[in-house]
Amino acid sequence: MSTRYAVITFPGSNGEHDALKAVELGLQQPVEPVWYKETSLDRFDALLLPGGFSYGDYLRPGAIAQFAPIMSAVEEFASAGGPVLGICNGFQVLTEARLLPGALLRNQALEFRCRWLHVRTENNQTAWTSSLDMGEILYLPIAHGDGRYFAEPELVQELEDNDQIVFRYCSPTGETDGSANPNGSVNEIAGISNRAGNVVGLMPHPERAYDALIGGADGLRILSAVLAAGASKLGTS
Amino acid sequence: MSATDQKTDQIWLVEVFVSLKPAVNDPQGLAIADGLHMLGYDEVQDVRAGKYMQLHVAGADKASVESRVSEMCEKLLANTVIESYRFDVRQAQSE
Repeated sequence: MSTRYAVITFPGSNGEHDALKAVELGLQQPVEPVWYKETSLDRFDALLLPGGFSYGDYLRPGAIAQFAPIMSAVEEFASAGGPVLGICNGFQVLTEARLLPGALLRNQALEFRCRWLHVRTENNQTAWTSSLDMGEILYLPIAHGDGRYFAEPELVQELEDNDQIVFRYCSPTGETDGSANPNGSVNEIAGISNRAGNVVGLMPHPERAYDALIGGADGLRILSAVLAAGASKLGTS
Repeated sequence: MSATDQKTDQIWLVEVFVSLKPAVNDPQGLAIADGLHMLGYDEVQDVRAGKYMQLHVAGADKASVESRVSEMCEKLLANTVIESYRFDVRQAQSE
């Protein structure tokens, strides 16, 4: 048994090829791009919404993409409990579509930030973090201009109480004192999940960290979690 | 535009203003305020940056246009998690 991944691709996405290669080369699983005009996701076990600038980030990042034809199928897939991972712009699309709470704002420093950094695992019970240890530190790249996670204080408290904060920016040794925060996100939030834990969004790019040759392979720890949780195993068929 | 459906419709000019809610930090506004201060406009207390959109909308009366534009704002033009909006509706000048 293999796990069939879909990479949802909008006009202006630019991370779809990284995502396809990460699944194909890093996980040896079947994966297909799914164009935004399609309407069915029945043939897939897991969805990736990649990074990029869907619809040129016009109006707000993710604002127009939330109404693309494929999004009804994404919402159905998510509400049926299927694993959905939104990466960078994919995270922005999921918040705009209200599949994840809160919003992503312009980076505090008003600069595009592109570098490798560390995040600490805060919840290893979600569909995409079940292979990780609690507190495990991952080394991943970021590349975004609008990554400042924001929610009203009451909502942030709710996320903390419900363990919906999945990753926080941290120092190489795991400290979350704010010095490693690249964008001004509230409570150093780098990634969150929905209440059920099947939908996760994060600003760092696990699909750009699938081989030591390109800087690191920690991304596979996230992308492969749905294999461990499902019926199939990495590298077997 | 079909003449039968819309012969009683008028064209309305809708001006939509979207800005970040007061609780949301606005680094663009802060940077603009810094710029104004550098130019010597010390009287500037605070700047909030936002978006302005102009829509031409067909509708039978002002109330129905307002109700449709509210929907548009809630669904797409503003993200009410972070932004508030207001709009003005008036009859467009005939050309």
